[in-house]
Amino acid sequence: MLSRTADNLYWIARYMERAETVARLLEVGARIALLPSAKGYRSDWDSLLRASGNASGYAQKYGEPDQKSIEDYLFFDRDNPNSVANCITSARENGRIVRTALTTQVWDALNTAFQELRRIETARKRQELSQLTDWVMKQTAMVRGAIDATLLRDAGYNFLNIGYYLERGDSTARLMDVKYYVLLPRADFVGSGLDNDQWMMLLRALGSHRAFRWAYGGDLTASKIAHFLILNPQCPRALITCVAGMANHLGRLAKLYDTETPAQAAVRALLAELEGQSTEKIFDEGLHEFLTRFVRQAAGLGAVIHDSYLSGDMAL
Amino acid sequence: MTTYFNEMFDAGQVRDPYARLQDWMQSMPADRRLEKQAEAEELFRRIGITFAVYGEGGDPDRLIPFDMFPRVFTAQEWAKLDRGIKQRARALNAFLVDVYGRGEIVRAGRIPGNLVYQNAAYEISVSGFVPPKGVYSHIVGIDIVRTGPTDFYVLEDNCRTPSGVSYMLESREMMMRMFPDLFRENRIQPVDRYPDLLRRTFASVAPAKCDREPTVVILTPGHFNSAYYEHSFLADLMGVELVEGQDLFVDGAFVYMRTTQGPKRVDVIYRRIDDAFIDPLCFRPDSMLGVPGLMDVYRSGGVTICSAPGAGVADDKAVYTYVPEMIRFYLGEEPILENVPTWKCAEADDHKYVDENMADLVVKEVHGSGGYGMLVGPKSTKAEVEEFRARVRANPSNYIAQPTLALSTTPTFVAEGVAPRHVDLRPYCLVGERIELVPGGMTRVALKDGSLVVNSSQGGGVKDTWVLAE
Repeated sequence: MLSRTADNLYWIARYMERAETVARLLEVGARIALLPSAKGYRSDWDSLLRASGNASGYAQKYGEPDQKSIEDYLFFDRDNPNSVANCITSARENGRIVRTALTTQVWDALNTAFQELRRIETARKRQELSQLTDWVMKQTAMVRGAIDATLLRDAGYNFLNIGYYLERGDSTARLMDVKYYVLLPRADFVGSGLDNDQWMMLLRALGSHRAFRWAYGGDLTASKIAHFLILNPQCPRALITCVAGMANHLGRLAKLYDTETPAQAAVRALLAELEGQSTEKIFDEGLHEFLTRFVRQAAGLGAVIHDSYLSGDMAL
Repeated sequence: MTTYFNEMFDAGQVRDPYARLQDWMQSMPADRRLEKQAEAEELFRRIGITFAVYGEGGDPDRLIPFDMFPRVFTAQEWAKLDRGIKQRARALNAFLVDVYGRGEIVRAGRIPGNLVYQNAAYEISVSGFVPPKGVYSHIVGIDIVRTGPTDFYVLEDNCRTPSGVSYMLESREMMMRMFPDLFRENRIQPVDRYPDLLRRTFASVAPAKCDREPTVVILTPGHFNSAYYEHSFLADLMGVELVEGQDLFVDGAFVYMRTTQGPKRVDVIYRRIDDAFIDPLCFRPDSMLGVPGLMDVYRSGGVTICSAPGAGVADDKAVYTYVPEMIRFYLGEEPILENVPTWKCAEADDHKYVDENMADLVVKEVHGSGGYGMLVGPKSTKAEVEEFRARVRANPSNYIAQPTLALSTTPTFVAEGVAPRHVDLRPYCLVGERIELVPGGMTRVALKDGSLVVNSSQGGGVKDTWVLAE
């Protein structure tokens, strides 16, 4: 497989996952706006912008956060490289480039998302935000489902999944970090119970609030939530699930190609570290410190994967 | 008033090849037709068969209009075309080997030397080099028009990288999906062997240094190119990689592609980019599309490039007029397919005639393509003719002229129902160790009433082209 093709597949997955993350953020934001007491929630919009990684871009263009502008910026704005519209367009363009590495169903799902996006963009009447975010969830699920149901389990399938897991792990870590860092700057607040609403919002942003209730009984505590989102392999968005997913697909690549690269060693090291973690150790280190380190490690892993497979600069 | 040959209705009678389409046509009232047309469009869009047009705003993915009314040839009609096309493809390749070698045809005085050696498409950098199996042009697309029951003319040859073959294959696919009954009732020769024949053609011209199953790739300018869909479609059907210049590099005597498993040697490159862009070290230094050093590897026999650099000198519109001479000179045969009579404005007598009769002629730029830079005299205003006259006078050798041909028509679905529209035909002849032609091609149709210009850039569409079995 061409390195460039693998790179395109990897980015299809990353952009689709990113579109979903942004849509979830918007959903949470809209939910907060419906709460009876609106005061004090400005910082929530701000934290959502931070989680999306585009707070400075927004501030330059719009200044103070307000709901309508944030919706525009995160969903439609072509100046925002991570807007839903740009993510879906980029995923589809990457798909068009490697059209022949995809099945008709996968292409159809990507292309349909793009064609419908164009209709949504040009429609005179703006849809309700909840309709828009539902629509994104549906499109990303369609693409994901078409990949799982129809794609050959070859190298390309592994590169797609590596992209999905890397993006997902990164966004979980960033989301947690934003809630932690922005809203709970003083460490002694953690686990105090005052932050339940904030933690609930975080779970909701990760689409995991119901799953969490099933997995853990009793009161909501920071420790349980951190365990769920970092160390519980049952949680589809937990850091450990994402790293294990990458380890699985990198392992399959090594088997397929009958040779290991530094990427396999790197992912094994990261997985081993997470498996040796506990919430106590993480809180001892400091949640923010831990998450920052994870984001850096994930980026490092991404770079090793790039050098090992995607760059095309391997020695003759 | 010119009368045009209608391929379905001749003197009120339905011609044999179309006999079974009469009922089908009548079974298509307007509402069913529109329904089918919408179905076809939806399919084309979903599969992604579009022409990408960037930078003009609007939908970047345009569909080429597809007309559902097929164009039909009998086996006998096709037999003549088949022989004529193959003959021409052979002669054009013999010409290319000759003019990059000893130049016998020029020495013999059968074609003027300046027309060849001073031609912009003549590649001095490959003179003296003979590509594997002596083939320069591996895919020869020959544009053919019809003016009567047995009258076919070659309009032009395309020896470099003729496009459009995906429309031949997809139009057929579309028709088989939408109208399976038609294919049960008519015995239509299949065209789906084409991708396999294409792959075998490339494999047969692998360089001598290749001692294993050759690795073939298609080199595309990239996904912004309007024909990108066709490039990826052919790569998929042949099961070969679709590469961009950045995916290839030269190391020592060979070309490699960058894969997830490290560099892999490439033996045959089917390039869909022009000569000028394939190697910045040899041609245009500002080209980002090509592969630095590619030409050195090519000339030392490390890789085959299809079509071979320099092949363009054979499909120049001025050289075209000498193709019948080539057939006589190299093959010792008489041309089976005729050229359209052509006046070369480079010659004073011809220019004089063209100047005096411009309003009745089609005048073309020698290097023009895509229906641009041409004048259709009878369809132009007086002012347009005068403007073109001045352009030709300023640089006569840049122009040729031909009579306005009475292009045949075939029934075509239009807003009012079915009406005759003008068509041409581009079959794709494959030249490698063997010479192959699948029975079919791309039929282009001028959808505008009365228009004789079939190019897609000028409002043309495509049809499925049938060749009936004996």
